[in-house]
Amino acid sequence: MDHVTQSAIDVGELIKAAEADACGGIAIFLGTVRAGAEDGPVQRIEYSGYEEMLQVEFGRITSEALERWPGVNVRSVHRLGSVPTGEASIAVVVAAPHRGEAFAACEFVVEEAKKRLPVWKKEIFADGRESWRANRVDATGKWRSVPESRRTARASKLE
Amino acid sequence: MRINVRVFAQYADWLGTDHLVLEMPSTATVADAVRSIRSRDPSGHLIPEEPLVAVNLEHVRGNRTLADGDELALLPPLAGG
Repeated sequence: MDHVTQSAIDVGELIKAAEADACGGIAIFLGTVRAGAEDGPVQRIEYSGYEEMLQVEFGRITSEALERWPGVNVRSVHRLGSVPTGEASIAVVVAAPHRGEAFAACEFVVEEAKKRLPVWKKEIFADGRESWRANRVDATGKWRSVPESRRTARASKLE
Repeated sequence: MRINVRVFAQYADWLGTDHLVLEMPSTATVADAVRSIRSRDPSGHLIPEEPLVAVNLEHVRGNRTLADGDELALLPPLAGG
């Protein structure tokens, strides 16, 4: 399975690959580039990655989801390169016999992806400024992206 | 032994390269390699003392012992999704 693309993510293709007669529900998550980040209007995000490891790590996350929720089908892809505002940078599609497993497995894959995938993003603002961002755990325990200047080096360590 | 180092994103900007080759003693750990990289002028010190690291495509900690030919990756704070 190819987990990396340099072009627009084809969600329909992921759904076709995930769906199966035994599955009664499909959960879809698309992470898209926001226009209004904390520091001003974002024009696009430049994504870069350690592609060989990205492929392997996304595969590991998928395997872990299959162990926890046997019977689900997982398809996931991360886009690298320049992603304009409004377009998806990551897609996770999970087909499962029932919606509970589909939602749970989809959330698991997204959270693990944000925690573990070797991907970096630089916001490009409308006025030409650039800013690296990084994921951190928020007060609710979810991984979210913040400007890197607001976090410490130690905070980047995996727990 | 020879260690191939991959460097990414802002770390590559700081070091001015995305690839290094280190000659290290056979007992070296990831932390030893990071110390060696941080000692490089002029910007090695900008790399955190304990950055995220991967060896041969797997997240590891600083006490991991290296082997000849390993690929060590210095990973800036992750930002996927």
